[in-house]
Amino acid sequence: MSTQSSFVTPATPLRAYASTADLAISPPSHREASDRARVVASPKDLRTEPAPVRFVIIALAVSFLTVFVVLPLVVVFASAFSKGISAYFAALAEPEALSAIRLTLLVAAISVTLNLVFGVVAAWAIAKFEFRGKTFLITLIDLPFSVSPVISGLVFVLLFGAQGYWGTWLQANNIHILFAVPGIALATIFVTFPFVARSLIPLMQEQGTQEEEAAISLGASGLQTFFRVTLPNIKWGLLYGVLLCNARAMGEFGAVSVVSGHIRGETNTMPLLVEILYNEYQFVASFAIASLLAMLALITLVVKTVLEQRLDEGQTPRDDPSDH
Amino acid sequence: MTIEVKNIVKKFGAFTALDNVDLKVGKGELLALLGPSGSGKTTLLRIIAGLDWPDAGEVRIDGEDALGHGASERHVGFVFQHYALFRHMTVFENVAFGLRVQPRAIRKDEATIRARVKELLDLVQLDWLANRYPSQLSGGQRQRIALARALAIEPRILLLDEPFGALDAKVRKELRQWLRSLHSEIHVTSIFVTHDQEEALEVANRVVVMDKGRIEQIGTPGDVYDNPATAFVHGFIGESIVLPVEVTGGSVRLGGRPLNIAAGGAASGASKLFVRRHDMQIGPAGTGSLEGAVRHVRSFGPIQRAEIALSGGEGKTVIEIDAPRDRELQAGEIIGLQPRRYRIFAAQD
Amino acid sequence: MSTAVARQSSLPGVGLTMGLTLTWLSVIILIPLAGLFLKTLELSPGQFWEILTSRRTLNALKISFGLSFAAACVNLVMGTIIVWALVRYRFPGRRLFDAIVDIPFALPTAVAGVALTQLFAQKGWLGAPLAELGIKVAFTPIGIFIAMVFIGIPFVVRTVQPVLIDLDPEIEEAAASLGANRWHTVFRVILPSLIPALLTGFALAFARAVGEYGSVIFIAGNLPNVSEIAPLLIVIRLSEFRYADATAIAVIMLLASFLIILVVNRLQRWAQTRIPAH
Repeated sequence: MSTQSSFVTPATPLRAYASTADLAISPPSHREASDRARVVASPKDLRTEPAPVRFVIIALAVSFLTVFVVLPLVVVFASAFSKGISAYFAALAEPEALSAIRLTLLVAAISVTLNLVFGVVAAWAIAKFEFRGKTFLITLIDLPFSVSPVISGLVFVLLFGAQGYWGTWLQANNIHILFAVPGIALATIFVTFPFVARSLIPLMQEQGTQEEEAAISLGASGLQTFFRVTLPNIKWGLLYGVLLCNARAMGEFGAVSVVSGHIRGETNTMPLLVEILYNEYQFVASFAIASLLAMLALITLVVKTVLEQRLDEGQTPRDDPSDH
Repeated sequence: MTIEVKNIVKKFGAFTALDNVDLKVGKGELLALLGPSGSGKTTLLRIIAGLDWPDAGEVRIDGEDALGHGASERHVGFVFQHYALFRHMTVFENVAFGLRVQPRAIRKDEATIRARVKELLDLVQLDWLANRYPSQLSGGQRQRIALARALAIEPRILLLDEPFGALDAKVRKELRQWLRSLHSEIHVTSIFVTHDQEEALEVANRVVVMDKGRIEQIGTPGDVYDNPATAFVHGFIGESIVLPVEVTGGSVRLGGRPLNIAAGGAASGASKLFVRRHDMQIGPAGTGSLEGAVRHVRSFGPIQRAEIALSGGEGKTVIEIDAPRDRELQAGEIIGLQPRRYRIFAAQD
Repeated sequence: MSTAVARQSSLPGVGLTMGLTLTWLSVIILIPLAGLFLKTLELSPGQFWEILTSRRTLNALKISFGLSFAAACVNLVMGTIIVWALVRYRFPGRRLFDAIVDIPFALPTAVAGVALTQLFAQKGWLGAPLAELGIKVAFTPIGIFIAMVFIGIPFVVRTVQPVLIDLDPEIEEAAASLGANRWHTVFRVILPSLIPALLTGFALAFARAVGEYGSVIFIAGNLPNVSEIAPLLIVIRLSEFRYADATAIAVIMLLASFLIILVVNRLQRWAQTRIPAH
């Protein structure tokens, strides 16, 4: 995996983490400060503990992480390949598997695109203008992070389900939302809603409005200003948000499970197929699909590390923080 | 190009940033907006540029209403305090930006743009930095690039917000002279904002002194220094001795003792007497209408700066004067003092 | 011309972007959530109460909240130990382990669910030795607890880590120079200054565990009243078309998570007033 410390968090982390899953998405900053503070504990250092204590703490940390995090990951691949490589690829070539992969890619494409556009627009509105209730608006955007995935699916069942508010009307007009792609996409959009906006807002707030004002005063239009000045400055943050949004979109289980209806070959995404195959004791097939999702997670983590470094480099300290 | 600002009012919540401001700037002028922070000078500049909008009032550029147009349509060159250079573009692309974003109909071809940028970089004497990025430049260089970028659109007027505020003292001095000579070369109507009186007096040909959202005085550097219109201007520009006095009829009293000076047109009542440090004449004890004991003397260059405790009153009033070195003062000595030039303003609050 | 003297902003797009933001927010978040609350209002208080106090619901809520609390406590202790090791010590593989902490965030919950089940099942790598000791993990409440510990650990680590990194070394040196031994320095000086971050991490881990579905249901066993978590009960009620029951449980869980957001926001404000910005 990565050689760098994978996750360097902001210097003022508590402000950045407005809600539950927010931890994962606030782009890091001030790596220099962190590295400076990470003093190697030399034997004479009065800032460290006796060697036996150090050993016990390291042993506890390493064994806990090994048992609870590394082993489950290893089990995925071990089980996927337990009947050999050909069984693994055969499982992935099943029509059901291929259709689940296609659906997952489709749903991720839809929800990432929509949330990308929304995230940029919302970040522009929130970071570039002053208005009342800004904190409240950010809290609302964060809301999906603190809602149980099952509830995220349930709200759409209540709207579009047979007994839901618009269920009868939808049925009468032969429009399928629930147990079909639109419902799966909606639930996925809901759970991935905050990622892009939340990774852009702090970045754009930190960058301020001066460069945009300069562009406008030089005669640039709003769109020219956005594409030529703003976008180049936020591109790594944007990719960061898209990356995490995509990972969650492809991996979402609870919300999608509620709205999908589990129609084989039609409304099963990869995570849902993992469940079905596992419950049918088709362990190799189940873990083969799971291994693809695990690969996605590992790649996401590696790319995230790279992007965090880019973001750190982009944040060269401003030459002059003096007055207004 | 002329600029006319009429009855501008701007509030930020309960705070009044500009309180009915009127200002006319003539063609080719180099005008300084001078005032302490919070005086509204930057807000006024941003309103002229179209980066802020007033709550009431008018802005006319060359007689034409400017408030109907956004910043991008005003053709106003704006130099930001922290330069606001586009960090992802080279110096060359920064300067070229304003030319590249012009509507296609009037946009110049690439060769013309290149020639124009080259010309501007020559003008600010930084053509050798064309391929650098802003982060690789010194503060003074960034400032000059920001200026070249603003000039690229052939602005009708040039606005500079604290142009030297972020630079160290030495670079600042150099750039002041440079800006003056640049202005005499290109002669575009310019306004710059500063809180540094020396900068305003040295660079501008007219100075607008602002305080608390109002204009206190408009005049040449000589005017505002020698004939301050208000107590604020007197106190803000140059070093002043301020003494609380009582004006009754034509006479002026300090702590009950009459001062041998004319009240001029000053109204009766509690007032403040302003005297420049170097305008306090010294003589032997008994001469002059004030008397005091020298507490401390420091001599440097052509002057000696003395701390003097005035006699009378509670004896607590201590002033600092600058005296020529033809007569060396001694600590402990009692001397007579007489204001040579002075102004009296009614004491507010 | 006075019409032009409207409140305008230096940058364009305020109306457009704000409008789009509020519209999209309403369509995706606000209307669906409002629908949930409206549905609840269709119930009389008596019905609502009856659903919530039915034995199965109460047990599900007890299991979800109780085990989440226990898991968050373990996360708090183990998270602190992990952070301490990662920040203060150098050991082979430190950076790798630092990266590994993020895996529960990144791994899709269904994958985590089947993996943990496989691991702790009676013939699994860890399940088999544990079974010999007479401990059954998979398909029992202990399994739920294990899954919750798994998904909660990054929250504590990633909240506390930056605070420990930024802790001014001088305060420790000051404590030592005042005659404190290492034990006193750690427990009286360092840990107290980490309290806001620790509590925030705890609250975030707890909130996540309460709402968790995918990584828990495989290993849970899902026996009503014994190992059935509240989110699963919502799904079951939905599949039985008992929308009212599902909604009532959902509303209670939603209110609980709002409460946690509130607590976390308070903690953050507290932390900010305690630690001067630098």
